[in-house]
Amino acid sequence: MATVVTRVRRSFGTHWYAWAMVLPVVVVLGVLVGYPLGRGVYLSFTDANEANVGRTIGVNHIPSTYRFVGLDNYWKVLSGQEGHFYSRLTWTVVWTASCVVLHYAIGLGLALLLNRKMRFRTLYRVLLVLPWAVPAFVATFSWRLMFNEKYGVLNSFLTTLGLDPVDWLGDSFLQKVSAVAVNVWLGVPFMMVAILGGLQAIPAELHEAAEMDGASPWQRFRHVTLPGLRSVSGTVILLGVIWTFNMFQVVYLLIGAGASSESEILVTYSYRLAFQGIRDYAGSATYGILILSLLLVFAVFYRRTLARQEASR
Amino acid sequence: MTSTTHRPRGERSRAASAGLHTALIIASAVALFPVLFVVFVSLRGRDGWQEPTRFVGFSVDNYTHILGETKFLTWFGNSVIVALGATVLGVLVAATAGYAVSRMRFPGHRPLMWTFLVVQMFPMAVLIVPLYNLLGQLELLDSYAGLIVTYCSVSVPFCAWMLKGYFDTIPAEIDEAGRVDGLTPFGTFWRLILPLARPGLAVTAFYSFITAWGEVAFASQFMSSEEHYTPVSYTHRCV
Repeated sequence: MATVVTRVRRSFGTHWYAWAMVLPVVVVLGVLVGYPLGRGVYLSFTDANEANVGRTIGVNHIPSTYRFVGLDNYWKVLSGQEGHFYSRLTWTVVWTASCVVLHYAIGLGLALLLNRKMRFRTLYRVLLVLPWAVPAFVATFSWRLMFNEKYGVLNSFLTTLGLDPVDWLGDSFLQKVSAVAVNVWLGVPFMMVAILGGLQAIPAELHEAAEMDGASPWQRFRHVTLPGLRSVSGTVILLGVIWTFNMFQVVYLLIGAGASSESEILVTYSYRLAFQGIRDYAGSATYGILILSLLLVFAVFYRRTLARQEASR
Repeated sequence: MTSTTHRPRGERSRAASAGLHTALIIASAVALFPVLFVVFVSLRGRDGWQEPTRFVGFSVDNYTHILGETKFLTWFGNSVIVALGATVLGVLVAATAGYAVSRMRFPGHRPLMWTFLVVQMFPMAVLIVPLYNLLGQLELLDSYAGLIVTYCSVSVPFCAWMLKGYFDTIPAEIDEAGRVDGLTPFGTFWRLILPLARPGLAVTAFYSFITAWGEVAFASQFMSSEEHYTPVSYTHRCV
């Protein structure tokens, strides 16, 4: 016992600076994320909904009457009884994969173009970063105007070209395409900036040496540029997957509360459970925890694969 | 063909230059179009959006309406206060944490980085109800402080990750020199490292500001009185 105390005391003596510096973050996150998260986990084990949670109407306080139901919610969702999980999950995975692939490919392409000496480089850079500075909400709103079937500018172009107008936000397949397009538009600048930073950190000597050895541009890209981007790419792809998987605003605002549509992803579905109809807090929390678990599993696998690749090189 | 092989590195043929600029111009146009389109629609009076391809009927009606008949300037001020507050607080908190993780090997630094990652995974949309109740208990609803702290918790994890990466690129010898000259660890951080990390701080500050500036869901749920709207949350009410 005494040794533990001394060890703790000694460790505190050496590390108190570090701990003092992380303390603010830990407090903020602990209170504002930790508590709601803990509450979410708790709710997912109950049958809480609008009808049985405690609330105050005027001066009367109605106590909560929801019960602990164990893993019931998870069982219902995962066994398919609840009926929406797997279809939503499939689309969410497709959505995430297509968005992140496009983000990364376009971001990399633009970063490669911008990473050269040329005229107007600063101007291009500012223009290309612009979508990042537009709040996702405003951008989505603008795209909704442009996609509008009757008055949208995209359909005006199509009719001018002699083509039939398209109901961009009506049909569920086109809804999906539109949502991906908007999200790609929004997300490319971040990737571009991050990758550009990575490109600039690759020493020019490496490229020169490769060129001396007679490497073609493609070989230099493949064997100098891509490996040099490895650590940046690892981080931005992981973050990109997490953010896209949870991209609430674009899907919710673009397709709107025009609900029950197939183009909903897990997050928007879970939000609707908590805020529309009979508010199903327990179901929503269950979805939230499942989303978190899926991403956690993905992150662990992803980091491990990266580490293994790094080790085998 | 020979002329291309003997070209010095870093120079392009005319065709390559033209291709490069064409690609960038197209990309810039795509990036710019939706933004310009909103500006265009905003200048077309109340019903102009129904004829998006005609260049007639320009007026500033919408602007006089917003500026004259709503409390736009107050709301704009709210956004500025909240976004600036969240930026200053968030960057400061993220910088100390990022520095500690980058330089000091203390028990708990790996779990901390993982926590930052995990925090981003939980859908914020689902956190709204518990957060609302929590802020209610802390009496922070409908106040600047409540919203500022909430936005910090959204942006800090990413900022701390970014800044840690940035601090990693600053040689540790600089810290050691500072320590030898008698600075405390915090003094080293504040006087030596922060000034050197200015570009990284600028990027994270930009990120925090944008995140707070354009956020809708929290702002419209937490700021219920009209004086406390932000322009974005008002737009949300209009649509």
